[in-house]
Amino acid sequence: MSITFARAETGPGMRLLRGPWVSIISVLGFLLVWYVAAEIAQSRLLPGPVAVVQYIYEETVQGVLLAELGITLWRVVASFVVAMIIGSAFGLAMGQMPALNRALDPWLIVLLNLPALVIIILAYVWFGLNEAAAIGAVALNKIPNVIVTLREGARSLDPGLNEMARAYRMTPWSKFRNVTLPQLQPYFAAASRTGISLIWKIVLVVELLGRPNGVGFELHLNFQLFNVTAILGYTLAFVAVMLAIEYLLVQPLERYSTRWRNKPV
Amino acid sequence: MNDIQHAGVTSQFKIRIAEKTHIGADGTRLTAIRDFVLDLEPESMTVLMGPSGCGKTTLLRIVAQLDDQFDGEIQMPASARLGFMFQEPRLLPWRTVRQNIELVAALGFTEEDLDRLAHGVGIADMLPRYPQELSLGLARRVALARAFSTRPDLLLLDEPFVSLDEKTADRLRRLLLDVWSARPTTAVLVTHNAREAIQLADQLVLLAPRPTHVIAVETIEIPQAKRDHKTVDKIHDDLLERYPANFSNV
Repeated sequence: MSITFARAETGPGMRLLRGPWVSIISVLGFLLVWYVAAEIAQSRLLPGPVAVVQYIYEETVQGVLLAELGITLWRVVASFVVAMIIGSAFGLAMGQMPALNRALDPWLIVLLNLPALVIIILAYVWFGLNEAAAIGAVALNKIPNVIVTLREGARSLDPGLNEMARAYRMTPWSKFRNVTLPQLQPYFAAASRTGISLIWKIVLVVELLGRPNGVGFELHLNFQLFNVTAILGYTLAFVAVMLAIEYLLVQPLERYSTRWRNKPV
Repeated sequence: MNDIQHAGVTSQFKIRIAEKTHIGADGTRLTAIRDFVLDLEPESMTVLMGPSGCGKTTLLRIVAQLDDQFDGEIQMPASARLGFMFQEPRLLPWRTVRQNIELVAALGFTEEDLDRLAHGVGIADMLPRYPQELSLGLARRVALARAFSTRPDLLLLDEPFVSLDEKTADRLRRLLLDVWSARPTTAVLVTHNAREAIQLADQLVLLAPRPTHVIAVETIEIPQAKRDHKTVDKIHDDLLERYPANFSNV
């Protein structure tokens, strides 16, 4: 069986299954299913891919699509940065100080289980329909996840390397940069990965409930107009932005920071 | 020869440990060290030799000020720079060999210094590599270079050649002596290997089993470079006669 497998892997058929081809074929397959479904349905409630792409093009050239995308992206980035900074600080502190962990753990569990919608509504009620309340509410939804992940990271720090850093009298900054941070890198990566997708979904809800612009606002508006083409267009455009961030920013960064791994001895 | 006879020699490094007790997770108390007194001879190699588990690593950690939970005191100049070679290499896997050394190197440690040191321990070709690409023997050489790159006032070596085959260990001992004699440093090496102790020591300190303390300090006058196998055997036989309990199991 292993011999067959080895031969299949070098065969010309397998070459197509390597590299980006699988992904491209998969996406084309999805578009085909969508196209066929829309052709069969012939309804304005299920526009085909061509109509949606056309809408995106027109909204980009004449409409406000780019501006709305920009505003939403800005909110995603702001919430993400706030959540990562505050969440990491608390997570690291709680991972290293058992007493603090015991004190804050009940708060963390409450926050973890509080529905996003409740936090958003309360933020708007208490702090008004403004940008700070919106970004704060989104960040607060993400912070407990970051805390849990980074707390795990802080607990798994290698005591041997810590001892080495102390024996060599490394400065706190040098120790943090060269000893602690690289050990936490996988935990940061995990927190950002789950973070960015969770955040952009919650940002849309925040915009829908209390902001006069952004993708969420447009979705709300077009929902009232029953304009499914616009809803799909905005969704697709923003998903494209997130994909670009994933492939052009997150993954290259990850490859760079883990370049020391998986080298043969 | 007892260490108290050396009291007249002014020594920069004095170790006084009345007691060190580990308290286990289940509350059990284990006394590792009791009444340990030792002054280190400046610029000489002090080898602490004792049975496995007698508290040698605990002792080195206290000297390095990594552990302050003990009764007693360690006297050393406040500005003393440390070089520490651990049992495992403890290199940063995400930094290259060069970065691992440069990160802790003394101020004014130049490219030529690095070059000389790297050649001295035979890792010149390894500088751009990551530690995971190195064998244990090579990683130990890097750890040795790192310990010397700080231009230490006190060099601590915790069984640095354990779990290497005897040939590699022997080559590394010679490397250690080469680099060390190029810049004589007050050094403390702990080992349970009698031949290694005899080969390297200026002062050979015999330790009791737990709770450990100094049984005797033997000074070996013959320079390390002139200690061939025959000499080592001779010193060993002599010590075996006088301390049968400490040298019999080799």
